[in-house]
Amino acid sequence: MKLELRGITKRFGALVANDHIDLVVQPGEIHALLGENGAGKSTLMNVLYGLYDPDEGEVLLDDEPRVFAGPGDAMAAGIGMVHQHFMLVPVFTVAENVALGHEPVKGGGLIDRAAARKLVKEISDRFGFDVDPDALIENLPVGAQQRVEIIKALSRKAEVLILDEPTAVLTPQETDELIGIMRQLKESGTSIVFITHKLREVRAIADRITVIRRGKVVGEASPTSTEQELASLMVGRSVSLGVDKGPAEPGEETVQVRGLTVIDPAGVRQVDDVSFGVRRGEILAIAGVQGNGQTELTEVMLGLTQPVAGSVQLDGDELVGRSVKEVLRAGVGFVPEDRTIDGLVSEFSVAENLVLDLHDVPPFARSVQMNLAKVRANAEQRTVEFDVRTPSVEAAAGTLSGGNQQKVVLAREMSRPLRLFIASQPTRGLDVGSIEFVHQRIVQERDHGTPVIIVSTELDEVLGLADRIVVMYRGRIVGEVPGGADRDVLGLMMAGVPLAEAQAQAAAHHTTLGGADLEAEHGTTTEEADR
Amino acid sequence: MSAPTTDRPAATAPDEAAKPLAPISWKAPTGYGVFSVLSLVLFGLLPDSGRESTFTISTSKDFFQIDPITVPSKSTAILLSLIALGLAVFSYVETKNRRKVGVWLPAIFGVCVVMAFLVWADAGKDSPIPLTGLLQGSLFLAIPLVFGALSGLLCERSGIINVAIEGQLLAGAFLAAVVASITSSAYAGLIAAPIAGALVGALLVLFSIKYVVNQIIVGVVLNVLVIGVTSYLFSTVLKNDAARYNSPPKLPTIDIPVLSQIPVIGPVLFRQTVLVYVMYVVVALLQIFIFRSRWGLRLRAVGEHPKAADTVGIKVNRTRMRSTILGSAVAGLGGAFFTVAAGLAFGKEMTGGKGFIALAAMILGRWNPVGALAAALLFGFSDNLQVVLGIVGTPIPSQIMLMTPYVVTIFAVAGLVGRVRPPASEGIPYVK
Repeated sequence: MKLELRGITKRFGALVANDHIDLVVQPGEIHALLGENGAGKSTLMNVLYGLYDPDEGEVLLDDEPRVFAGPGDAMAAGIGMVHQHFMLVPVFTVAENVALGHEPVKGGGLIDRAAARKLVKEISDRFGFDVDPDALIENLPVGAQQRVEIIKALSRKAEVLILDEPTAVLTPQETDELIGIMRQLKESGTSIVFITHKLREVRAIADRITVIRRGKVVGEASPTSTEQELASLMVGRSVSLGVDKGPAEPGEETVQVRGLTVIDPAGVRQVDDVSFGVRRGEILAIAGVQGNGQTELTEVMLGLTQPVAGSVQLDGDELVGRSVKEVLRAGVGFVPEDRTIDGLVSEFSVAENLVLDLHDVPPFARSVQMNLAKVRANAEQRTVEFDVRTPSVEAAAGTLSGGNQQKVVLAREMSRPLRLFIASQPTRGLDVGSIEFVHQRIVQERDHGTPVIIVSTELDEVLGLADRIVVMYRGRIVGEVPGGADRDVLGLMMAGVPLAEAQAQAAAHHTTLGGADLEAEHGTTTEEADR
Repeated sequence: MSAPTTDRPAATAPDEAAKPLAPISWKAPTGYGVFSVLSLVLFGLLPDSGRESTFTISTSKDFFQIDPITVPSKSTAILLSLIALGLAVFSYVETKNRRKVGVWLPAIFGVCVVMAFLVWADAGKDSPIPLTGLLQGSLFLAIPLVFGALSGLLCERSGIINVAIEGQLLAGAFLAAVVASITSSAYAGLIAAPIAGALVGALLVLFSIKYVVNQIIVGVVLNVLVIGVTSYLFSTVLKNDAARYNSPPKLPTIDIPVLSQIPVIGPVLFRQTVLVYVMYVVVALLQIFIFRSRWGLRLRAVGEHPKAADTVGIKVNRTRMRSTILGSAVAGLGGAFFTVAAGLAFGKEMTGGKGFIALAAMILGRWNPVGALAAALLFGFSDNLQVVLGIVGTPIPSQIMLMTPYVVTIFAVAGLVGRVRPPASEGIPYVK
């Protein structure tokens, strides 16, 4: 089916998320929609899928103008979408999720479970998915959940499949499988719209590439373009793709985590006997697929939860058992993974957010009252230092863009003398400019001699930033590799394969993306050389 | 990191016994221990010996008669308490070995302690304790709780918190009384009751879905509104001509042939009004349809992950609206209990907080129709226990006895619930 978008415009108040966007997707084509976070890709697809009404423009299917009142209409017209945040009910089974909305029924409105199961089995077998129709979604790994989403779309006879940042949660090996599935779908005549900001993938998969910047189509590109070309088209200026950092000069090991174990109220071992150390002046990255205990590990180090066993020592002082305030005062800086929920109080002003942790000590506090002049002066200074773009320091933090919010969090956490800096998903959802800034500040902190821990699910970030990498899987540490290791080895370790085995497997078979890495290394392009 | 970490076989689990384990929760065994010891001392050891307690079981209409049972009070209470103590020890051992104990343990434990209590309460009294009557009354008093809890779960499964159950019961009771009085038909009252509940539900829908007001606040305000409106109409219209507007006929008791003559079970389950039979049907239907039908799947999807439901073309707010109004109608029907089923005239605030106990029953029943029924029966039992003991006469002050149902509610919800998972999106409005 041919899909065409003509002059789609979508405004949210003063913000123009999509500005007269034109896009044509030919039948059986993999069309990549490339753009940074916040460029308006997802908005466009939500318009196409009937979740948003466009302010202007029209959607054409096989040259027929169509109006979708809701996702139901879009689906009926043959459009399927795999959302970035899966639209699956965690407490339902695979079959129930696939059936939802077009359930096969027996008499009396009761669901024909056998038919629902059979449908899942059929599609799953056709593409070699190996998905159990009776498994509960919440018990499935993210890769399998994504396959359920694809089954869901295919079970509704989707002829155009939209994949919104599908590789964000996958290991390189899983990404490889996904690429295989996409090619298979293409063979069978399905058109695919592939939304991403990852240049490597675009080049590996797409037939055609449309680049979007700030809500506008800025051009088409062919998959043979270099990453550098794509990057400058996407960002609008030339960018350095790697992280600009010198070699680490590690000092003594001041952070020691020993046998840390966290069990959640449901009895699940979220962190399982984790031990590692961090030296002064080095960045340790904790890599892993989302939900393998990284969140719990950082929370327990900060004192938000208590471990059932183990210790965290900072310069010989035990941190376990101390309150969050004591841990912060001991010199730990912490950037939580969700800045809007845990990092900031959205309704508070930028100035207030900058002193959340120090509001009760001089100079910001004078006995029982706060010294507002000092708070304001501090904010003026920090916003300049950290390049926070805000109309005023009195603006509510929630009104800033994601990148500026993250800079506020960084400014707060880095403006104390630190003995340990922990950043969880420091650049998730940020635009390229902000990512560069955040990375630069983290490297700067390392160069000051602070031990730094980065928790990231983004392999590019891990490979670019880390001096050492440990990989977590199901709450355990699978193994440790030096910074800049082989992407495929890391990917396999993220799926629980031990180091030695991962190296053997990776050497035997390289994934599309990992292979691209190696090629780049041999071709010595500038951005890879500084790893 | 220390060097050995890299080359240890990370993917294979080490010796399980060496791993640190989660701290054991001693809440349950401690609770059992305290209650069994209290039971042993208060009901068994302290009272004088040589007295007897009597229980009657049969009613006159049964197939065959069972003679009243008379037992020596002290030794029976001690025996029952010792069984309870044994269960407490068993629970301790199982907890220590990190094994889970089935729901049978709290059930048997509860029966033992309650029986020990009854034996003690009736010791040396002339009037026997009518066991069948106790159960019959429990079911009777549980009716509004069951309907209320079903209402709550219908709404919450779809994502709308219904705190207005109390008001819906009251509105149902009011309209049932008025309609039944005017038409001189209890059945007409029974039909009117759900309409009153649905009207209150419509207001809940209007404010919580259309105007996105906090659902709990709307619910509380609706409760106050219904109290105000019904009290006003009661003082003005109903009092002026009580014979015409507020003298509802009582729903007749219908004996199911054969079944009603089975001893114990018959009188308790099958010698009831049509409202109770409707209740059985509603519980069974909801249990099947919530978990197995298309309607139920969509209802739960909307309460768990509304956006996911939206992306497959399910109208989230329309689904929530329907189930909230349906749930409110169910609560309204339960309100008919207070007037036409109980055969009483409408009185100001006559629901007396039953709507809130129903919410507790819903939670204790884990948002499950059958679970809600069981929880409501437990609360109904504790309510009726206080009534029956009031008649038999006990050494306990009546004010303390009146507290029983509420104390049981608090203990049940706090202690027995354990880890429950409410619908993930309950109380969160869905706005695109």
